[in-house]
Amino acid sequence: MTSSPQAPVLAVDHLTVSFEADGGLVPAVRGTAFELHRGRVLALVGESGSGKSVTATAVLGLLPDNARVGGSIRLNGEELLGTTPARLRQVRGGEIGTIFQEPMTALNPVFTVGAQIAEAIRAHREVSRRDAGDQVVRLLTTVGLSDPARIAGAYPHELSGGQLQRAMIAMAISCDPVVLIADEPTTALDVTVQAGILELLRDLGRRLDTAILLITHDMGVVADLADDVVVMKDGEVVETAPVLDIFEAPQHEYTQNLLQAVPRLPELSLDSPDSPGTDFDGTALVRIEDVVVTYQGRHRAGAVRAVDGIDLHIEAGEVLGLVGESGSGKSTIGRALAGLVPVTSGRLEVAGIDVAAASRKAFRGARTLRGIRTRMGIVFQDPASSLNPRHTIGASIAEPLTLHSDLRGPALQQRVAELVDAVRLPADFAGRYPHEMSGGQRQRVAIARALALNPALLIADEPTSALDVSVQAAILRLLKDLQTRFGFGCLFISHDLAVVEQLADRVAVMHHGRIVEQGPTARVLRAPQQLYTQRLLAAAPVADPALQRRRRQAWYELTTQP
Amino acid sequence: MRRTRFLAGRLVSMLAVLVVISLLTYAVFFLLPSDPAQMSCGKPCTPDGLAQASAFMGFDKPWWQQYLDFVAGIFRGRSFGRGPAAVHCSAPCFGYSFQLNQPVTQLIWARIPVTFSIAIGAAALWLVLGVSLGVLAAVRKGTAIDRSAMAFAVAGVSAPVYLLGLLGILLFGFTLDLVPVSGYVPLTESPVDWAWHLVLPWCVLALFTSAVYARLTRGQMLEVLEEDYIRTARAKGLTERKVVGWHALRNVLIPVVTVFGSDLGQLLGGAIITERVFSMQGLGSLLLQAVGTGDLPLVLGTVLFSAFLVVLANFAVDVVYGALDPRVSETSG
Repeated sequence: MTSSPQAPVLAVDHLTVSFEADGGLVPAVRGTAFELHRGRVLALVGESGSGKSVTATAVLGLLPDNARVGGSIRLNGEELLGTTPARLRQVRGGEIGTIFQEPMTALNPVFTVGAQIAEAIRAHREVSRRDAGDQVVRLLTTVGLSDPARIAGAYPHELSGGQLQRAMIAMAISCDPVVLIADEPTTALDVTVQAGILELLRDLGRRLDTAILLITHDMGVVADLADDVVVMKDGEVVETAPVLDIFEAPQHEYTQNLLQAVPRLPELSLDSPDSPGTDFDGTALVRIEDVVVTYQGRHRAGAVRAVDGIDLHIEAGEVLGLVGESGSGKSTIGRALAGLVPVTSGRLEVAGIDVAAASRKAFRGARTLRGIRTRMGIVFQDPASSLNPRHTIGASIAEPLTLHSDLRGPALQQRVAELVDAVRLPADFAGRYPHEMSGGQRQRVAIARALALNPALLIADEPTSALDVSVQAAILRLLKDLQTRFGFGCLFISHDLAVVEQLADRVAVMHHGRIVEQGPTARVLRAPQQLYTQRLLAAAPVADPALQRRRRQAWYELTTQP
Repeated sequence: MRRTRFLAGRLVSMLAVLVVISLLTYAVFFLLPSDPAQMSCGKPCTPDGLAQASAFMGFDKPWWQQYLDFVAGIFRGRSFGRGPAAVHCSAPCFGYSFQLNQPVTQLIWARIPVTFSIAIGAAALWLVLGVSLGVLAAVRKGTAIDRSAMAFAVAGVSAPVYLLGLLGILLFGFTLDLVPVSGYVPLTESPVDWAWHLVLPWCVLALFTSAVYARLTRGQMLEVLEEDYIRTARAKGLTERKVVGWHALRNVLIPVVTVFGSDLGQLLGGAIITERVFSMQGLGSLLLQAVGTGDLPLVLGTVLFSAFLVVLANFAVDVVYGALDPRVSETSG
C-alpha cells in the first residue's frame, strides 16, 4: 500500500461539465472540487439545477454524448476522465457503487431482485451462478432484510420502497466498492423508512470503511449522516466545511439562506405537558363523521379500505394539517371532500352541504357537487401537470370564474389581475405560458386559480413537495398571508411534519386509514401521546447535527421498544 | 397458482369469443341471398327437387337447430341425407361443400401447409428484421444508420404487397432468374425446394411488415433507454451490449409481442394477396374461390377457422406475455 490514510479515495478537481444544445454550450458544472476519504460521508448539497447530480454522473462516466467534461476525477490516484470504456465499466459497480433516488423504478421490473444483484456480482467477479446466489442472500441479510431468500426471488413490484432501497444498497456494495454514491437515497421514501435507510448507510460506511458521496437537497439528511459538506449553487461550489461548521457558522450567504429556509420542528418531548391550542367557536365548515372510503379491488381481492371510519372537523378560517405516510389515506380524504371519490359510508359535509350523499349519486349528485366546488379551491402537488400547457396563466386563472360566475370582459380581467397580484406575481405574467415559469411561480398560479371564487375551503394536497426548500418557504409564507387575509378554512395535506407545523392550527395524524391522534399543532408535534406519532416525529431528520443526534437516539429507542 | 388462474380465465374468454364469432358468421350465412340448395338443384329446378336438396343439406330445419347441428358436427361429425346417397362428414366437421363434394375440414386441411409455410417463415423474418433494425436505429439515434433505417421503414410501410410482389417477381424471377416465381413444393418432398419457392413471398411480406416493427421497436427502445433501471444497469458496470440486449430488449419486446401475435394470427388465416400474386393454393385462395362460387358452407368454415387462429394466437400472446412481464398476471385479466 503506497497510499497513506490521509490520501483521498476520490479526488474531484476543477470539474467542468457543459452540454451541447442548439449549437451552443450550456454549462452545468463550473469547477467543482472535493475529496472523499475512507469511512467518511461527504454530502453534496444544493437545490435543483445546482449541478450536484451531474457531478455524480460525471464521476461514473455516464454523462450523455452531448456532454463536454473538463478537469480531473482521480480514483485512488488514477485519472478516470478520458480512460477507456472498459476500465470505466470495471470502476462502475466494481470500485464505485451507486444508489439512486427512486427504488421503485431503479430496478428492472421484469427480472427478480436476486437476479439483478447476482448480475452485478458476475459482471465483476468470476463466480458461478450458484455462488453468486449464495452471495446475494448474504448481502440481503447484511442490509437488514429479514427474509433474504424470498426477497431474492421476488420481482420489484412485489416489494415495498424500503425493501427495494435496501436491495439497491445490497447491489451497490456487492463488489466491495471503495466509494458509494448515494444520489438522493431517501427522497422517495417515507420518513420512518428513511430513518432506517440512513441508519443502514451510516452503519455500512463505518463497517466497510467505504467513502460515501451523499447527494441530497435535504438539510435534515445532511445533519443526520454527513461528516463534511459541499454546498453547490448554479454549478459552483460556494462552501466546503465540516458538518458542524456548516450548520453552526455558515460562511456563504447562500448557505445561510438555505438553512434559514428549512422548516424546523420544535424540540421533541416525550413527556406530556399541556399547551393550549387556538380555540375556534365558529360553525364547523367541514364535518366528517365516521367516514369510510373503499376502493374496489380486482376480482376477488376485495375492497381496500383507504379511509376506515374517521372523524374530523374544520372550523371556518381554521387550518387543519393532515399528516401521514404514503398509503395512509390522507389524500383520499382530500379527494373525498372535493367529491372526486365516492364516500362509502358516513357523513361528510362541507358548508352544510352533504358531499357524501352527492358523491354517491352519479347524475343527480353532479349538480350539488358543482355547487360545492364553487365554495372550495384545490391546489395539487405538481403545478407543472395541473396547469394546461396550452393556456396562458391568465386563462387558467379565469377558467373557474367563467365556469361559475357571471364575470366577463373587463371585470373578469380585473379580477384575474387582482388574483395575480394577490399571489405576488408581476402583472404581465397573465399573458405567459406555464413552461415560461419556474415551479414556484406555477404553484403561485395554481393558488391564484384555487382562490378565484373566494372559496370557504382550500384543499392543499402536498403543495410544496415538488419544490426546492427556498421556494417552499416562500410559498408557505404566501399561503399563510393569504389565509390571514381572506380567512378561508384549509385542509393542508402533507407528509412533512415541519411544513405542517408552520401553517396548521390543528394537526391530525393518519395511519392505515385511521386518525391516530389529533389536537392543537403545538401539542401534537411537541408532546405526542401516541406511539405512532412519536415514532413519526422522531424519524423526521432536522437540520441540526447535535439535535439530530439526540433525535436519532430517541428514534432508536422508540423503534426497538416492543 | 395465480398464473394458472390467469390463464384459465383467458381460456374461458377465448371460448366465449369463438362462440360469438361462430354465431355471427352463421348469421351472415343466413342473411346472404344465395342458397346452396338452389345451386345444387340443377336446371330446370322443380320446387320438389329444391325441397329435396334443402332437406338433404339440412336447410329445412329452423336456424337454431341448424346452428346446433353445426356445432355438434364439430365434436361428433355428422351425416347429410339418408340411405346410400348419404355423405358422411367426420369430426371435426366444419360443414360440407356440396359444390366440391368434400368436407370443409378436409379442404382446409389440404391448404394449411401452404399458408402456414408462408406465414410462419415471413413472421420469423419480419420479427428478426424489424426488431434488429429498430434496436439499431434507437441505439444509433440521429446518425445516418438511424435515418436510413427509418427511411426504409417509411418506404416499406407505403409499398403494398401486390406492388412489391410483382416487382420482386419481375426482378428476381424473370430478369435475374434467381428464384421460381410461383408454385409450392411440400416440405416433406424437398426442404430445399420448399424454401426456394417461398423465399420471394417471405421477403415481400416481411419487408412490408418489418417496417412497421422497426418503427415500433425504435420508439419503445428510445423510451426504455431513458428509464431509471437502465441507468442502474450501466452503473453496475454491465457492457452496453447487455444493457441494450438484455435489460432494455426484454421490456421493449412486451408491446412488440402483442402486435406480433395478432399479426401472425391474421396471416395464418390466409395471406390472400400474397397467395394470389405468387399463385399459391393456400387458405386465402380457398376463401377467395369459395366466395367467387358462392360456396357458403366453405366460406363459413374458412372464416371460422381463420377467426379461431386469431383467437388462438392472442391466447398464445397472453401466455408469452405473462412470461415476459411478471406484473401482467396481476394487473390485467
